[in-house]
Amino acid sequence: MIEIINVTKRYAGRSVVDGLSLTIPTGGFCVLLGSSGCGKSTTLKMINRLIATDSGTVRIAGEDVNSMPAEVLRRRIGYAIQAIGLFPHWTVDDNIATVPRLLKWQQARIRDRVTELLELFRLDPVIYRSKYPHQLSGGEQQRVGVARALAADPELLLMDEPFAAVDPITRDALQAELARIHGATNKTIVFVTHDVEEALRLATQIAIMHEGRIAQLGQPLEILENPASDFVCDFVSGQGLGLRLLSVRKVADRLRAGETAEGEPVPVETSLREALSEMITRRTNRLPVQGPDGRDLGAITLTDFVR
Amino acid sequence: MSVAIHNQVLFALVIVGGVAVVASGFVSLAPNRLMSGNAIPLWEAGGSSASIAVAVLGAILLAACFAVPSQAACYAALVSAGLLLMVVFAAAGQSSSSLMAGAKPAARVSLGPAFWILAACAILAMTDALQRLAAGIGARVLVVISIASGIGLLAAGGAFDALSIVREYRTHRQVFVNALVRHMMLVGISVAGAVAIGFPLGVAVVRRPRLQGPVFTILNILQTIPSIALFGLLIVPLSALVAAVPWLATLGIGGIGVTPAIIALVLYALLPAVRNTSAGLAGVDRAAIDAGRGMGLNRRQIFWQLELPLALPVLLAGLRIVTVQAVGLAVVAALIGAGGLGTFVFDGLGQYAVDLVLLGALPAILLALVADFVIQIVSALLRQRFAP
Repeated sequence: MIEIINVTKRYAGRSVVDGLSLTIPTGGFCVLLGSSGCGKSTTLKMINRLIATDSGTVRIAGEDVNSMPAEVLRRRIGYAIQAIGLFPHWTVDDNIATVPRLLKWQQARIRDRVTELLELFRLDPVIYRSKYPHQLSGGEQQRVGVARALAADPELLLMDEPFAAVDPITRDALQAELARIHGATNKTIVFVTHDVEEALRLATQIAIMHEGRIAQLGQPLEILENPASDFVCDFVSGQGLGLRLLSVRKVADRLRAGETAEGEPVPVETSLREALSEMITRRTNRLPVQGPDGRDLGAITLTDFVR
Repeated sequence: MSVAIHNQVLFALVIVGGVAVVASGFVSLAPNRLMSGNAIPLWEAGGSSASIAVAVLGAILLAACFAVPSQAACYAALVSAGLLLMVVFAAAGQSSSSLMAGAKPAARVSLGPAFWILAACAILAMTDALQRLAAGIGARVLVVISIASGIGLLAAGGAFDALSIVREYRTHRQVFVNALVRHMMLVGISVAGAVAIGFPLGVAVVRRPRLQGPVFTILNILQTIPSIALFGLLIVPLSALVAAVPWLATLGIGGIGVTPAIIALVLYALLPAVRNTSAGLAGVDRAAIDAGRGMGLNRRQIFWQLELPLALPVLLAGLRIVTVQAVGLAVVAALIGAGGLGTFVFDGLGQYAVDLVLLGALPAILLALVADFVIQIVSALLRQRFAP
């Protein structure tokens, strides 16, 4: 659990982060969402002390982050940034091994861990281990960057707009991968972005930030359905609140249990947005729905979207 | 069928070399070392075999200009230019001995414009061919070693003994060795000093940008002082210092000699040393450093594991500039009694003995080239190690 308690940061007399408090439960995926200059990145960097707080407390698992040397703290926390920052003179292997080496792990253990991470990110260790960063595509570099952040199996992962600089298709794949890895490892993740779609897709908890404060904190659906202020409403539903709601809600929310329909079934955890897209491409107003185990659960119809 | 010149560089070199051979003397014969001699063209001085060899190799190189670009054409150009260089050196040796055979002992044979231009064109043609072949550092080293050992073998066989510059060397042999050692010492100490002061200063400038303005202003001003003036300017304060603290004189410190020379050389080397250090460190990818900090590398680890290796190519380029510059400037240091190869240059100028000037200047040039080459090799090896 991460507790940020009444934290303030000022630059030249102006508060960038202003008395902010936020609690992130263990295993949560908290997205700090906001436009540039809202203080989201500063908040993130105060967790691993890349930026010092002016006042307030940050605790990780009950421990004040100031109670230990900054380097010791940072080696316990994974850190991935937009610019990736792979070390260009080191191989993929060396890059991923950075923190385990700092922690003086045994050679064999480091090697196994690098292999495991490369496989987790679907990069063949035989091919990728000895490559240099400049030999990788942007998406591969960002995968290695996130693998490096996870190398020492940190309890907490901080990610500062990690996918902002990659192309939309790669971003989509990386988001899916991150969601999969979050599900598989149950790490606590704090993720900074200005991309509403990205936040809705990944977060279990979204903190919308505005002028150094949290404008609203809640689950994605909660924020879309009950925006706390006009600012939040404008920010999250900029282009089409309805379509945003469709991407957050699942087929499961609108399922007609036991009914049947023609054609290839869609999985029950599909978003309503994808289901609608399916109907349009198949020129039908009714789709069969299937559970994760392949069992038929029922159907969904076009009218269910507006129910 | 149209004919196209595919290699303009080589074509220009062949034309320049050809004109030089036809229009200027290959060697010159003078009655003694102080008088200027009569120019003798290649075909008279070197005999028919050397002339034919030069003509044939020249023709091959000319043909290579028109050949469709290929590896084979580049290799042909490389090999024939190398052979041409050997032939030019051998012809110089052979013509000097045949000319001296029929002359009085005081007579001197000096190398003429055709020799220098032809040798320079051959070397440039080889450089061009290596460039086109995208030759690695290993291949370059191999070429340099084979050329150097070829000329070395000719020299060891006494081929150049009749040349005036070699006779000057014979006369001054002991002095020459001392001067060469002194020259290398001046360069070595001043480069070490410049690195010892310039590197930390460069790091400081990057860490504290406020220092940047004043530091570079001072170093730029130093750089604009003419070297002779700087050597002269140091005489007064150093003499005063020794007068005030006499025991310094027992250490060999004085207004003239090695001390002011080294101080001046260090001052000149500081600008490139500081500039390259700060440029190298400032050029390191910020993101890598941010990521390193975020992952828990401490300041020392960031400096030694990230900043230094990533800045190394620029740092070594700085070392190259500093060394080559110091080799050249150390020649002037002879004026204030610091010794070194400059001694021959200024003695030669005083006596109007051109070959004595060359005895100082040529080794200085060679020294600079060797230093440059060695640092290039080190640089290439490190680049392989830290391939970005």
